[in-house]
Amino acid sequence: MIKSFVDKKLTFRDMDPDVSLKAAADMSSAEIIETVSASSLRGRGGAGFPTGAKWKFCSRAEGDQKYVVCNADEGEPGTFKDRVILTRFPHLVFAGMSIAARAVGATRGLLYLRGEYTYLREGLMAALQKRRDDGLLGDEIMGVDGFEFDIEIRMGSGAYVCGEETALIESLEGHRGEPRNRPPFTADTGMNAMPSVVNNVETFAWAAAIMEKGPEWFRVVGTDQSTGFKLFSVSGDIDRPGVYELPLGITVQELLAAVGGENAKAAVIGGASGRVVSQAEFNRKVCYEDVPTGGAVIVFGPGRDMLDVAENFLEFMCEESCGQCTPCRLGNTKLLECVRMLQEGTCSAAYLREIVELGESIHLASKCGLGQSSGNIFLSIVENFREEIMGRALGAVEPATLRS
Amino acid sequence: MAEKITIDHGVVRAPTSMRRSRPEIEKDAAHPVTVTIDGLETEVPYGTPILDAARMQGIKIPTLCFHEDLCIAGVCRICLVEVTGHSILHAACAYPITEPIEILTNTPRVRRARRHMVDLILSEHVGECYSCWRNSNCELQNLAWEYGVRSYKFGHSSEPRTEVDRSAFSVSREMDKCVLCRRCIRTCIDLQEVGVLEAVGRGHETKIGTFMDKPLGNVVCINCGQCINRCPTGALRARDPGDDIWDAIDDPKKHVVIQTAPSPRAGMGECFGLEPGTPVTDKLNTALKRCGFDKVFDTNFTADLTIIEEGTELILRLYKALVEGDEAVALPQFTSCSPGWVKYLEHFYPGMIPNLSSAKSPQQMFGTLIKTFYAEREGIDPENIVSVALMPCTAKKYECNRPEMCDSGYKDVDYGMTTRELARMIHQAGIDLPAMPDTEFDDPFGGATGSGVIFGATGGVMESALRCVIELVTGKTVENFYDHADIIPVRGMEGLRLVEIPITEVGPVPDIIKHLVPNWDWLLGAKLRVGVAHGTANAHKVMEDIKAGGPFSECHFIEFMACPGGCLGGGGQPIPTSPEIRKKRAEAIYAEDRGCEVRKSHENPAVTKIYGEFLTDGPCGEKSHHLLHTHYVARGKYID
Ligand SMILES: Cc1cc2nc3c(=O)[nH]c(=O)nc-3n(C[C@H](O)[C@H](O)[C@H](O)COP(=O)(O)O)c2cc1C
Ligand code: SF4
Ligand code: SF4
Ligand code: SF4
Ligand code: FES
Repeated sequence: MIKSFVDKKLTFRDMDPDVSLKAAADMSSAEIIETVSASSLRGRGGAGFPTGAKWKFCSRAEGDQKYVVCNADEGEPGTFKDRVILTRFPHLVFAGMSIAARAVGATRGLLYLRGEYTYLREGLMAALQKRRDDGLLGDEIMGVDGFEFDIEIRMGSGAYVCGEETALIESLEGHRGEPRNRPPFTADTGMNAMPSVVNNVETFAWAAAIMEKGPEWFRVVGTDQSTGFKLFSVSGDIDRPGVYELPLGITVQELLAAVGGENAKAAVIGGASGRVVSQAEFNRKVCYEDVPTGGAVIVFGPGRDMLDVAENFLEFMCEESCGQCTPCRLGNTKLLECVRMLQEGTCSAAYLREIVELGESIHLASKCGLGQSSGNIFLSIVENFREEIMGRALGAVEPATLRS
Repeated sequence: MAEKITIDHGVVRAPTSMRRSRPEIEKDAAHPVTVTIDGLETEVPYGTPILDAARMQGIKIPTLCFHEDLCIAGVCRICLVEVTGHSILHAACAYPITEPIEILTNTPRVRRARRHMVDLILSEHVGECYSCWRNSNCELQNLAWEYGVRSYKFGHSSEPRTEVDRSAFSVSREMDKCVLCRRCIRTCIDLQEVGVLEAVGRGHETKIGTFMDKPLGNVVCINCGQCINRCPTGALRARDPGDDIWDAIDDPKKHVVIQTAPSPRAGMGECFGLEPGTPVTDKLNTALKRCGFDKVFDTNFTADLTIIEEGTELILRLYKALVEGDEAVALPQFTSCSPGWVKYLEHFYPGMIPNLSSAKSPQQMFGTLIKTFYAEREGIDPENIVSVALMPCTAKKYECNRPEMCDSGYKDVDYGMTTRELARMIHQAGIDLPAMPDTEFDDPFGGATGSGVIFGATGGVMESALRCVIELVTGKTVENFYDHADIIPVRGMEGLRLVEIPITEVGPVPDIIKHLVPNWDWLLGAKLRVGVAHGTANAHKVMEDIKAGGPFSECHFIEFMACPGGCLGGGGQPIPTSPEIRKKRAEAIYAEDRGCEVRKSHENPAVTKIYGEFLTDGPCGEKSHHLLHTHYVARGKYID
């Protein structure tokens, strides 16, 4: 089990979920949304959509039954911070969901739990039961007339794409986990075609914290567009892997220093759908406007072969694509084939150029975030490590056998 | 006379995927949105997909997974377009316009990405066009041409990867040619509500599969062939008996006869470059003779016979139920001429089999008569007769292979052949169909009526039955009640129709059925309630309505057709199909009906003759029961 070295510093430890919920219970829907918007909290699941705006859309949408869905699928390779939150601070997450419910007018909550986290389920169920017993879920929450909300836990079955919010909803509805066409968006046509809010585990926890401490408190750290602290799951060739709470806007360099990875050759920021940052870019900032992430940081030491890295992530994409759309289903297999050709030294520069263009088309043409970002790691490796990967092509084979 | 009851049920076009409740934004004409498409400014109703908006401007965006009859999938990503200010491209078919945007359909990024989609699909598409049945009528081939594919950028294989599934009599599947557009799934689930096909597996392992990957012959497929009609490539096809038929024609010992149904005659022209809805009946007769068929018969004759048999059966059921008070009589009676519908009922509502008319379909009645009555009359050994049926339908292939369809002592119909397959035979024979002179059908079955013709359109069987019943019961001509004997209320393309016909006067019982009912007094003042449904999704609605005791449970007679539009939209008809094309074919059929001298089944002289000479104990008599009626199998949904 990976240890959390900065555990004692986790802000969530000092939060009182009951205080958060009470604050929300005393506020109107509009006031809650205003508070969250004022904090500039952005989604912690990866895409970084402003949470207040999301809640506002949903609160305005019309529907008989609204839903608040917690995305606890945590399928991004290299991400494990939601597990820590769910284990240690489940009440903060549930309070966050209840706050969202009050903000948008939802009465049903669903927590979509990653299949591999089945062992967490019992504890979460117990926490939910406790909340019902304490009057924090159910009718008249905290004695407030009309504040009605309850949460169910639903299990995922290990498909990465089911973390994508519309595929998650399809899965919740009992269908094949495949992303939907957008528009319409989840906020007005989500679960059972009803207005729904889908947020990451950590987003809900921060929303609860903001209700307790206020938006100004949250905005103290971070950048203009990326406020607050964020949990990072850091793994790879470093001295101290674990879950870290760090301010957004921190440079890659600083982050690596904090975890004991100063001599890294490269880091994958944002998991399989993130990108590779090479040494030359270590001064870039980890935040939505520069190098965005849902929290995964995977560090590669000097001995790592970048083609192996590309191969590994592309194999993942080829398997985890839901398979509905052409670019993602077929395109990634071509990128993977190309990596194998590069490994064998049978890829010509011309073919590589073609494949890079294909990678751009995959990004442009895919239906969902998976396909749109599936080629990122490969493309950033080609861009930043060209020498390293082409070296094998030039010496090893006769040009005549090259595919062009 | 008739009163059409409006019911709030779906139309032929599947509105949204039933399975996924996958939301689509509805068009709202009250809220127009201004958009610019390639520099042209225009107003479209809120929610209009970019694809439609572009078409209105004369801009063609290529598509592959899009089909007019089906809900939006947005999976092939061929229809990519650029929206100014958006970082990624959008699928035009799946992007509803909800705000003023600027759309660009022809930019380097768009062209390159579309071309990449084509290249990717071709890299996984096994085989060569010249060995494919869809050669020259393939949407993928067209795209490859449009996008200037000269070489396979990302590879291409001619080595078969998967085995062709030939387990079913009607549909075979060659998944090496599948592009995963999922039209077949949407057809089978949404349009037909059978649900045989589904995407299985994930990532590059994704494929179209059946329940537990069983062969198609071993699942609840009803053989309707609607999936074939909507597949853009050669992945799905009907089992083509063309070569066997040529062998029979070339065999001097064999007497090869063909019966032709009305719908192929309304569709065949499309395979020869004619406009949909151009009837080619008499030219086709000539072409068939030139191909070498010994006789060409008109299935309409047995359509008329079906009306007499099925109509008599209905009268008997009503008499037993209403006069004799027999509660065991199953009502409403269901038509049985659509073999796809019959199999649907056998699988999904086996408990309702007693409601199904026991009358065989026109194809099978004809088959039996050819190898009995006709063989006897002409002195031909039935053993040497090869009986072919030209049908719009793939399920007819299955039907003629049902083991019970051997009442003549031989296989009643040897081959069911679709419009498309016969078109190819005609092409092979070097015959230019549109240039053919006219030839009449052959005797002794030549005489047919307009009632038989309209069997091809949804509502046609019902209209024919009504023309017959009204005259038999009232003793007056239908024209007294309906101008030109056109019973308009049962016509149309709505998925479900319910019509009430009050019986305000009765006449004497005609001779032909006098021995069955003494008088019509018991019908006086009654209301005949009839229903029409086409496409098994609509059949499903009717069946559920009946189970719930809704308006359809009070019907006396319901016409069911497995295919949207009826036979004219059959699974063996020319590709492509669309609501517009089906409408035109229907027009051709009703035009042919209008042109007929005799338009009522019971007035068909050939029908009178056959009851006089051969089926001498009359409709629903013992002989007709043996030869013209059949029984069904309760199949259920679970098949080993
Ligand atoms: C392929 C894919 C996988 C995803 N997996 C997750 C996940 O495991 N957890 C998560 O919170 N968000 C995941 N997302 C992001 C969600 O789609 C969605 O943006 C997020 O749940 C919204 O919550 P937030 O605004 O709080 O971040 C994934 C997105 C994609 C495209
Ligand atoms: S991009 Fe990939 S995961 Fe997303 S819808 Fe397309 S095939 Fe499925
Ligand atoms: S033939 Fe009809 S029932 Fe069979 S798979 Fe195709 S659409 Fe479904
Ligand atoms: S079989 Fe045909 S219709 Fe079905 S997914 Fe494949 S290509 Fe599309
Ligand atoms: S036609 Fe639009 S995605 Fe296939």
